[in-house]
Parts: sequence; C-alpha cells; structure tokens
Amino acid sequence: MSYIIDRRLNAKKKSTVNRQRFLRRYKKHIKRAVEDAVNSRSIRDINQGGEVSIPNKDISEPIFHHGEGGVRQRVFPGNKEFVTGDEIKRPEGGGGGGAGQGQASNQGEGEDDFTFQINQEEFLDFMFEDLELPYMIKKQLRDATSFETRRAGFTNVGSPDKLNVVRSLRAANARRIALSGKERRQVRQLKKEIATLESRLPDSEAEQQISLLQEEIDTLNKKIKRMPFIDEFDLKYNNLIRTPVPSSKAVMFCIMDVSGSMTQSIKDIAKRFFILLYLFLTRSYKHIEVVFVRHHTHAKEVDEEEFFYSRETGGTIVSSALNLSAEIIKNRYPPGDWNVYVAQASDGDNWDGDSHICRQVLEQQILPLVQYFAYVEITTGQHQNLWLEYEQIREQFEETFAMQTIVEPSDIYPVFRKLFEKKE
Amino acid sequence: MKGTTKKYEPISTGSEWTFELIQRYDDEIARVAAHYGLDTYPNQIEVITSEQMMDAYSSVGMPLNYNHWSFGKQFVSTEQQYKRGQMGLAYEIVINSDPCIAYLMEENTMTMQALVIAHACYGHNSFFKGNYLFRTWTDASAIIDYLLFAKNYINKCEERYGVDAVEQVLDACHALMNYGVNRYQRPQPITPEEEKTRQLEREEYIQRHLNQLWNTIPKKEEEATDTVQRFPSDPEENLLYFIEKNAPLLESWQREVVRIVRKIAQYYYPQRQTQVMNEGWACFWHYTLLNHLHNEGLVTDGFIMEFLHSHTSVVYQPPFDAPYFNGINPYALGYGMMQDIRRICENPTDEDREWFPDIVDTDWNETLQHAMRNYKDESFILQYLSPRMIREMKFFSITDNSKLSTLQVGAIHDDSGYQKIREDLSASYNIGNREPNIQVYNVDVRGDRSLTLRHYMHNDRPLGDSTDEVLKHVHLLWGFNVRMESVNPDGQVVSVHHCPPLPQSEDAA
Repeated sequence: MSYIIDRRLNAKKKSTVNRQRFLRRYKKHIKRAVEDAVNSRSIRDINQGGEVSIPNKDISEPIFHHGEGGVRQRVFPGNKEFVTGDEIKRPEGGGGGGAGQGQASNQGEGEDDFTFQINQEEFLDFMFEDLELPYMIKKQLRDATSFETRRAGFTNVGSPDKLNVVRSLRAANARRIALSGKERRQVRQLKKEIATLESRLPDSEAEQQISLLQEEIDTLNKKIKRMPFIDEFDLKYNNLIRTPVPSSKAVMFCIMDVSGSMTQSIKDIAKRFFILLYLFLTRSYKHIEVVFVRHHTHAKEVDEEEFFYSRETGGTIVSSALNLSAEIIKNRYPPGDWNVYVAQASDGDNWDGDSHICRQVLEQQILPLVQYFAYVEITTGQHQNLWLEYEQIREQFEETFAMQTIVEPSDIYPVFRKLFEKKE
Repeated sequence: MKGTTKKYEPISTGSEWTFELIQRYDDEIARVAAHYGLDTYPNQIEVITSEQMMDAYSSVGMPLNYNHWSFGKQFVSTEQQYKRGQMGLAYEIVINSDPCIAYLMEENTMTMQALVIAHACYGHNSFFKGNYLFRTWTDASAIIDYLLFAKNYINKCEERYGVDAVEQVLDACHALMNYGVNRYQRPQPITPEEEKTRQLEREEYIQRHLNQLWNTIPKKEEEATDTVQRFPSDPEENLLYFIEKNAPLLESWQREVVRIVRKIAQYYYPQRQTQVMNEGWACFWHYTLLNHLHNEGLVTDGFIMEFLHSHTSVVYQPPFDAPYFNGINPYALGYGMMQDIRRICENPTDEDREWFPDIVDTDWNETLQHAMRNYKDESFILQYLSPRMIREMKFFSITDNSKLSTLQVGAIHDDSGYQKIREDLSASYNIGNREPNIQVYNVDVRGDRSLTLRHYMHNDRPLGDSTDEVLKHVHLLWGFNVRMESVNPDGQVVSVHHCPPLPQSEDAA
C-alpha cells in the first residue's frame, strides 16, 4: 500500500535558518569578501549579490581520521598491465616527504576555497553592517501613506469579534449591583429584623413574623434575580484606531565639481561614492529623493545623466553650488519634513578667493539645516585652500560635518565606512 | 515466471508523468515486487521540487532536523553546485522510516519516476526492513518522532541558553559523531512519549546525584588503598555515551544534546556499513522489476531504453586511472555482485561449484534474500565476491607502506590473487579499519580528573592532522584536561596529544 503525496506546495525555504546560521558564523570572512567585491566592481552592479569565498580549512568540521603513514591495503578496479609483485612509483600529489601519499582527492581535502552565492539583500547587509546614518530623525510626512492600528480604550459599539469579555462582564456586574441597590438594602434590613426576632424565640408571634419577613425577602430576591445577567448596554468592545505613522524621508544632495580639472576617473570615483551613499540611504528611508548639483563657475541642478557624463571646462567656484543647494533646501525641502544629507565631491581645486565664502555659506546656511554633510576630496596631490577652510568648519561642527580624502578607487569603501561608522 | 510474455497494454507512452500514472506504476511494481516476495514497509511517496530536494539534501536526508550551521553550509554548497550545473541532484532520497518516505523530483520523466519507485520504494525499502543491522540498530517507526523531539528540544535550549551555547555543544558532538555508537549492545526500543518522560527523569536523576565518581566523601582506609583501578575498568568505545554519563561539568541540557547527537549517529550507523549491499540490492531490484514489467508489455521499448541508459550510467565503474575515478562505485560493485549471485545460482560454472558449493543450484531469490538479511558490506564481500566478478572489475590490490619508496602490487585478478583481493576489499569496508580505533582509556578520578583516550593503532597508521582540533571539542565537553595516546599493538605509547597543549615534556607511561 502506497500513499502518494504532492509536497510541491509545501514550504520551500526549510534551510533558511541553517543558511543564516552559517552566514552568521562566518560573518567576518564574508564581510571581507564583500569589501573586496565592493572595491573591485564596476559601478552598475555594485549592489548585486555576489560570490563569497572562504578558505576551506576555516570552515571544515574536524573529525578523527587517519593521517599519512603506516601500511595500507587498497583495492582498485580497472587493472591493465600490472601483475603480482610489480612495484609502482608513488603517484605525485602527496606531501613532499617520503611518507607522501597521493590520494588527497579521495579525502576531499583540497585547499580550494569554499565558494557560494549571497543575494543582494544579504550583500548589502554585510556591506553596510555597523554603519549608521548619523542623527536620523523621523519627521512627519505630510502626505502620510502609512497607518498603524493601535488600541485606544473601549467603546460601546463594535463588531462581535472585538468584544471584550472581561470588560463586558465587569460592566454587567456593575449594572446589576447598581440597579439592585434598593432591593438588597431592604433584604439586609429584613434580615436584621429577623435576627432581632430570633433572639426572642421561642415565641409564636415572632415565628409568624419571621416567616412573613422571610417571604418578603424571597420576593425581593426574586426581583433581584430577574435582573438580566447581561444586557446589550453592558457590552464593551476593544477600540482600534488608525494613526498615521511618522515615516522618515530624506533627500540627498550630490554636489560635484565638473570643472576641467575633474577627469573622468575622478568623476568615476565620485559617482561610486554617491552610489554607495544612495544605497545606504535607501536602506534606512522608505522615501528618498536625490538632487544633483554640479558646478564649475556656475552651479546648476541637473539630472543624473548630465551629472555624470557631461563635461565642461572652466574655472571653479564651489560656493555657487553651496548657495544653490541652500536655496533648494529652503524652497523645496523644509528641514521640518526632511532629513537632509549632503555629499560633496571635488578634487579640492577652487578659485582662491572663494573658499572663504564657502565656509560662510556652509556655517550659516547649510549646516544648521542638514543631518550630515560629507565632503570627499579626490586627489593625489596636496590639499588646497578649500580643504583648509573646511578643516576649520570640522572643528566647529564636529557632529554634522565630516571630510575624507580618496586617492584611488579602493579607498572609496573604507572612506565611506569611516564617514558613516557607528558613533558611540 | 520469466519469459511469460502476457501482452498488456503499456501503462503510458509519453514522458510526462501524472499522479494517476504514478499510482498505476506503483500498483504494478508493487504487484511484481510481491511476486518476488519483497517484504516492505508501506510507502509514502512524496513529489517535491528541486529546491525542496536541496533542502532534504542538506539536512542529511531527513525531513526534519534541528538547526545547525553545518547543514546551512551543506545547503549553500549544494545550491551553488547545482546552479552552476556541476552536479545533478539525486533522483531520489529515501528515508528509513515506517512508512518508508521516498522523494520524487517533479523534474523527472515518467520513466525516471518509475525507476525511482522500483529502486527506493521496493529496493531500499525491503533492505531497510530486512537487513539485520537495520533491524537491530534503527527503529523505523520512531525515527521521525524522535527527530521532532530533538528539534523541539534543541529549539528550547536555544531560547533558554542562547544559540551560541547550543551551537558550541553541537559542534563538539558532531566532531565525535562517529564515536557515538555502541557497536555491541542495543537497548530495547522505546516510544517517543517514553523518551520524553525518560528525559525528564534522567535530568532529575542526574541533578540529584551527579556522579558517584566525584563523590568526595572519604572512603574507609582499606578501600582507599586499592584505588589504582582505572575508570572505566574496560575501555569504552562510545565516546559520546561516556561523556554524556560521566562528564563532570556538563549541565543536564548539555547532556541531553549529547544524547540526541549520539542517537542520530546510531541511526546512521547501519547505513555506513551497508552502502554497497543497500545500493546493490536496490539496483538489482529496479532492474529486475522493470524488466519484468517490460516482459509483460506494461512498459514500452522506449521506456526500457531510457531506463537502461540511466541504469548503466549509475552502475558504471570507471577504472582507477580515469580522471573522474573516485573510489569504487558502491552501485557498480553491489549491483554486479547481486547479479553474480543470481548467475551462480542459475548457471554455475565449474569454478563457481568449487568456490560456492553451498549456493549453486539453489533458488536465487532465496539466496539473495538470505544474503540481504544477514550480511553487511564487509562480510558480504568476504562471502560472495566471486573470481568472475574480480575478473570483470579487473581488481588489483596495492600495498602502500610508507617506509618503502614504491607501492607493491600484492595481488591481481588471477588464480593466486582472488583470495587476497577478496580479503583486502572486504577489509577496506570494515569501519574499524577506515576510522581510527579510539576508546576512552582512563579518567584520573583521584587526581586532576583528566581524561585519557587511546588510539589503538592499526598497521602503524597515525592520526590525522585534525586531531588537535577534535581534542579541543572533547576538552570542551569534558571540562578538564584531555590526552590522546596512540598505542601500537605491543602496548607501547607511540605519540601523545594534549589538550590544552602541555609546554613541558610529558611522561609516556
């Protein structure tokens, strides 16, 4: 007798827990692999899942087994030319010494790495682990879309599934007590009288009176009993209300210098940095907008395509971009509703007289409004006056302002981590 | 009954399967299996997806198991290999339980489903029910319930003591899993309910009198004098059992975890010893049953061609120098030997009459059933490997002595070599030869409570390089110093491992 069962619709992800345990255990290794991947990938697939390799010896599960050496008898199939008594050279592949034994493949103990795939979600988890958005504040979203159902006391009307039994019975009890007060008071009175009469016993008159009183008590009790045990009036229902949830939304300003001194490779680095930042922000905020501001001597708000791929020549006036950003923030992203993040990338080359203005604009107009301002300078050379001015700002606004230098693409991720690492 | 070609209509002609067809094939195969006298547990055939198959793979083939990272590792690597096309999934997994659970993958063709049903639901199933090792060591009706108990218990421990603490104990137990088997004694089977109540009783009992061993109440004078006795007085081969019962510092939940791993190890023990026979038996029967159906006209020629195609690739033995040689294929050896036994019974040669006087001209089915019931790989080969089989497989035996610079060919498939090849091949399936023989030798009861394990060396073979790692796990469970001595057959201690490692020179007592 056989039973045939279709299990195909059963839960598929039975191994999920075990897989997570595995990832948890080898977090350190995976993180390292993710870091390498981030540094070596091209921009477009930086947020894909990826392959992770762990040295096999780190994850092996040790058991007692025989080592090399001693005498072994082994039987093999497929003899072609051997006859009894032949001596064969030891096959290559064993350890160098005389006790070398060329059967490593049988033991499954190669030095290969253990390679496996993690998906995008996990990849990003590892990528952004231990990072945080500084000073994130939940701000009220004006056109709130998400609601939360919360308990809010009890009501007298509602649907039967929300009936609160304890409250209802308590109300019923209270009602019965309240409405039967007069009768019960009378009963108590009568009982007291009976008690005084009983002290006069045996006495026929008293006896008669007692039985009369008893009758009276009985009628009163009946009256009390007739009181409905539970009334519609008593029913209480759990009350649930929908409250709008303050959801967090953020805007990210990407400010980049596109003057002639910015080569394509520098822009590339800047772009990677922005993408990392964007990915990171999307993980913390449901709703995020990005504003691209590029500048040479003039600043202009542009779309993504133009931001990264158009080339212009000209001098550099950084303050123009900062002014524009400040304006945009004031007009479109009131800090009461928005978490504002600004990331600025530049090669540090600025018109001499302008850096001072930049500092003023930052100090007075931008930094008070933003959550975090990150400045990365992508340069191999000496820092110039813009950096020096910014250093002064850093001393003043230690919390909201950060700056780092990137020299080559492999610095991007470490710098990013430094900018957003968890602060104690 | 052979040769009686009653013409039936074929059950199906296409390659697509449906549940009705599976049912019909199963009915027919069951009928033929009964005709050959195969005694099976009831079957529970479950159709699953490839993804579910990977899940089943990674929890050592069990439909449910406790959670552990090593299963995750297994899953991750299976998934990776499968996605890259480096390996196909097995067509089936079958579980030694009552009813016997067999998984069919939905991707299989109708032919493959029928093959799997014949192979797993009637071949393996009857082996599980008949073989003496399975009968004594495993309790098919209780295993699923026990696994459920184990999973829940370990879940509860994780909630109470944290995932890390439980994982640590499990890791340590897994390292010793192969040494968690009682080879010579077996308790009566108990039901899962009893198991649960017993677990509570054990916990309480252990709490109350932790151990006679560590009793510090001073003994009387005359008793104290003769305490040179070792503990345990006889070496104990079941390390996990010894630890479960005697480790001084384990908490009761840890003891129970050790026990769970030990029980599961015990459940797998027969499978490790009967791989050749089990697969050979299943292959023999799927071949015989499906050919029987073909003779009756129930399956088409196309069906049987497709079947033979996968059958031959399963039972193929690549020669030792092939790039994809990976040891002796248990399917090939087992299937070959089963067919060979049938041949010896039906058409014996003079050579067979000389080698197997007791089975020539007997009923082949009875002889095979007898072999299936009463042997394990080691003894099966020693008893039934025929010269003809040795010639067919072109076996040769190699002596690998690390003291010599070359390998010696000890015997080949000729008259003078049959006996030796048979013995060597049989010995290579002896678990005692394959795994180091390690036993609990002594506990320093009166001193530092250190645990001494002894490795009884066989053919001078030393322990591998992971020994220190495993000893760390033993140390974790035992709680005090652990030492491992390798002893040669003369009783001399050849090498010693310590955990924690000793800096000073040790005395090789």
